[in-house]
Amino acid sequence: MIHVLAFYLFATLVVCSGALTILSRNPVHSVLWLILAFFNAAGLMVLLGAEFIAMLLVIVYVGAVAVLFLFVVMMLDIDFAELRAGFVDYLPFGMLIALVLLAEIVLGIGIWSAGPIELAQRAAPVNPEMSNIQAIGTLLYTRYIFLFEAAGIVLLVAMIGAIVLTHRARGGVKGQNIARQNRRRPQDAVRNVNQPVGQGVEL
Amino acid sequence: MIGLQHYLVVSAILFVMGVLGIFINRKNVIIILMAIELILLSVNINLVAFSAFLGDLVGQVFSMFVLTVAAGEAAIGLAILVIYFRGRGTIAVDDVNRMKG
Repeated sequence: MIHVLAFYLFATLVVCSGALTILSRNPVHSVLWLILAFFNAAGLMVLLGAEFIAMLLVIVYVGAVAVLFLFVVMMLDIDFAELRAGFVDYLPFGMLIALVLLAEIVLGIGIWSAGPIELAQRAAPVNPEMSNIQAIGTLLYTRYIFLFEAAGIVLLVAMIGAIVLTHRARGGVKGQNIARQNRRRPQDAVRNVNQPVGQGVEL
Repeated sequence: MIGLQHYLVVSAILFVMGVLGIFINRKNVIIILMAIELILLSVNINLVAFSAFLGDLVGQVFSMFVLTVAAGEAAIGLAILVIYFRGRGTIAVDDVNRMKG
């Protein structure tokens, strides 16, 4: 009973906050609703017994992605009222697409639940003696170790890409160049001149 | 009793909401990125629900990879957004025609 109650609570909240994310006038509110949606999705995953993914969702999405969104929304000085101008124009077409997609998904779920599914074909059956995180770790560091490392490379490339994209070398900034300072020798820098009287100094 | 269908319906609603968000916020690229995050979240719910109800852990492992890609995508997307804003002073994606695509 408590499971059913918790499911409906999390499901209602995740759907409502998802709707408010795309409908909010203020993007800052959108980000905050998105954070609420992530939290409730994490709750749904806890109900399913996937604690590791749930905690990952809270840490990665709420802790990193949503805060990144918040930073960007607040840093950029944008007139958001102007950006909402076409909202009503696009609404019917968007609703049409959404309805078509929803119908297709409902059809898919209906067909899937009508037919039998081959449960003997499981790739990695759950071991009831292991906790969720232990089972995932066992799987991730043995069979999926190369995929795991590929995921690390994806993150590395994303990080370097973001830095390269947003980095700019600003001109006119004076900084210390230590290598150039150390390279400089007295014979290059100092010149002895026998200056004749009555003539200008050649610089 | 809560079955797999319930989770699938929640995930389907969330997915459709993300697609709708892309269509109705055509000009605001920040909201579009957030809608993409919503879509990926619904995919994750789907994967984890199937993983739990079929007793197969691969779904959860795959959901972790989806999470990785989502984080990278958000970082790159926002970086592109910042440099675009730096160059143009606006983020209206309607008149993005610099690459003449």
